[in-house]
Amino acid sequence: MNVERRKFDALIIGAGGGGLRAALQLARADAQVAVVSKVFPTRSHTVAAQGGVNAALANVLPDNWHWHMFDTVKGSDYLGDQDAIEYMCRAAPKAVYELEHAGVPFSRLENGRIYQRAFGGQSQDFGGEQAARTCAAADRTGHAILHTLYQQNIRARTHFFDEYFAIDLIRDREGYVLGALVMSIESGECLLIEAKATLIATGGAGQLFRTCTNALINTGDGIAMAMRAGVPAQDMEFFQFHPTGIAGKGMLITEGARGEGGYLINREGERFMERYAPHARDLASRDVVARAIATEVREGRGCGPEGDHVLLKVDHLGEEVVAKRLPGIRELALTFLHIDPAKEPIPVYPTAHYTMGGIPTNRFGQVVAPVRHGPEEPVPGLYAAGECACVSVHGANRLGGNSLLDIIVFGRAAARHIVGFLQENRYHRPLERESVERALEHRARWDRKGKGEPVAEIRRELRKVMEEHCGVFRDQQVLSEGLDKVKALAERLQEAVISDHSRIFNTARVEAMETENLMDLALATVTSALARTESRGAHSRIDFPERDDENWMKHTLCFADGRLDYKPVRTRPLTVDPFPPKPRVY
Amino acid sequence: MAADRGEERRRIAWRCRRGMLELDLLLQGFLRRGYDDLTAEERESFLTLLEFPDNPLLEVLMGRQEAVEPEIARVVRKIRSAAAA
Repeated sequence: MNVERRKFDALIIGAGGGGLRAALQLARADAQVAVVSKVFPTRSHTVAAQGGVNAALANVLPDNWHWHMFDTVKGSDYLGDQDAIEYMCRAAPKAVYELEHAGVPFSRLENGRIYQRAFGGQSQDFGGEQAARTCAAADRTGHAILHTLYQQNIRARTHFFDEYFAIDLIRDREGYVLGALVMSIESGECLLIEAKATLIATGGAGQLFRTCTNALINTGDGIAMAMRAGVPAQDMEFFQFHPTGIAGKGMLITEGARGEGGYLINREGERFMERYAPHARDLASRDVVARAIATEVREGRGCGPEGDHVLLKVDHLGEEVVAKRLPGIRELALTFLHIDPAKEPIPVYPTAHYTMGGIPTNRFGQVVAPVRHGPEEPVPGLYAAGECACVSVHGANRLGGNSLLDIIVFGRAAARHIVGFLQENRYHRPLERESVERALEHRARWDRKGKGEPVAEIRRELRKVMEEHCGVFRDQQVLSEGLDKVKALAERLQEAVISDHSRIFNTARVEAMETENLMDLALATVTSALARTESRGAHSRIDFPERDDENWMKHTLCFADGRLDYKPVRTRPLTVDPFPPKPRVY
Repeated sequence: MAADRGEERRRIAWRCRRGMLELDLLLQGFLRRGYDDLTAEERESFLTLLEFPDNPLLEVLMGRQEAVEPEIARVVRKIRSAAAA
């Protein structure tokens, strides 16, 4: 084992809001904390979260955590675990005040209290009037949270490994996770970080799909790493899509465009939403619009030389309306398409936005897996928080404003549990050679020279296959074909090579390992989606259009070898009565 | 020297990986079309720009805010014109 070693109490992989919130809690408890991040920490995807964070503070309208809980359970289409949801909604006000005290500049009301805005899916009194629950720092809440947490971590002396890529977890025969093998992107050298507890906080996997709103870094590395360590991925079939992203690029064109009178057309110039939703037309619900667009493209009525998108028309609204009411959309179109939407229509296609599934955890952030006794046995020394984790508070669909809440509540909860774990596990356990060797072999695989396909081409094809076969249009045939295609790509990836074998800043090697991670997640996603013969939340099957509570109110667990298992939804909250499943209508 | 340049370019390519898709597309697009034609001084300005935090960088590259230094503003214009290709 010729590799440099460092020892810490806790290792955190990922420096977004979840990882940094946990790191701060641990550093303040005098633990020695290492944070590994493949990009500079303040360039994590948390910066892209604009909306805000939900908490029942009741600063603007009456509110309480129990109503927030109801909305979250309903939004999850009853797949969310009600104990974790209760915990999150109760913890939300405290979590927000803690951020405020750490220095996040929340927007304020005239009386000095935190301003709260109304968002879709928020109600008073269990489904009644609109609530106002989202706290925001102007339109850059994620940015403000991330920068504040980073500065506080610097003060608390958290140790950062910037531009280090995590390769694999190290696990011993008894199942304890002992840290991870990581690689400096700058030098190409490996480093073994030994830790008594390891937290995965690597975010989502939007890059699985050709059209997505996620940054390039969002390749689901931590979920794939956990799968390679024997932990199944949970509920991967649930992926949130937005109906209108800029085609081929992914950036969101908000509903506002259609709200202001914009409408969609196909290659024949037909306003096709009239066929799918005669009354609501272009203002039909997100999933209906998204599926309609995908259907038009599948049936050969798409626009452009490849026929792979439809057009969003706002030019009839006139220059003044577009400039005044849709400035953000105008700016996106001008910058990325060099077209003025007041004159030309915008090419759009459904865009992948949020990974509801991930590493199964309980409400303490402990990673849980079926090992010997029951489906939720904690993996000692391993934790996960944020978008890479599946607690599950989002179930089959996530509410706006709940993702930033998820990362701060469960980043904190995981750290609190780790503090207890560290008290009971005072010494580093001995490393086992095999586990380290396996990780080193994984890293060495990309040193192989010779002939082979370029990895970038396989990644490109994978994203296209996922979009076409596991996007918003799903049925038995489309998904089975998708599974075959992903398996074929996985085989090709085995034989692929990279042409650059230099050590320093070898981004090709990092991208190859990211592609491996995406491949593992793609297999889990399609396998899980093919098996779930119902429609629930974001998973919508043309051939099984109804929710099937009798057979499918359960979580999917998909292992690295494609084996599926299931476990029941935790329908019993901590202190209140359960919310039984009801039709989800808004 | 040639090897060093390759190294430097890869280092910059990785620093063009940001927290937002918009920035990724603008910066990666520019690396493919435009970066190699920059003068030595413009490259310096580009490096300065990469040191900006993500949100202020987005403001400048989306044209919502004018860059104060004229050299940086010139590189911003080049990045924007490469964006839609």
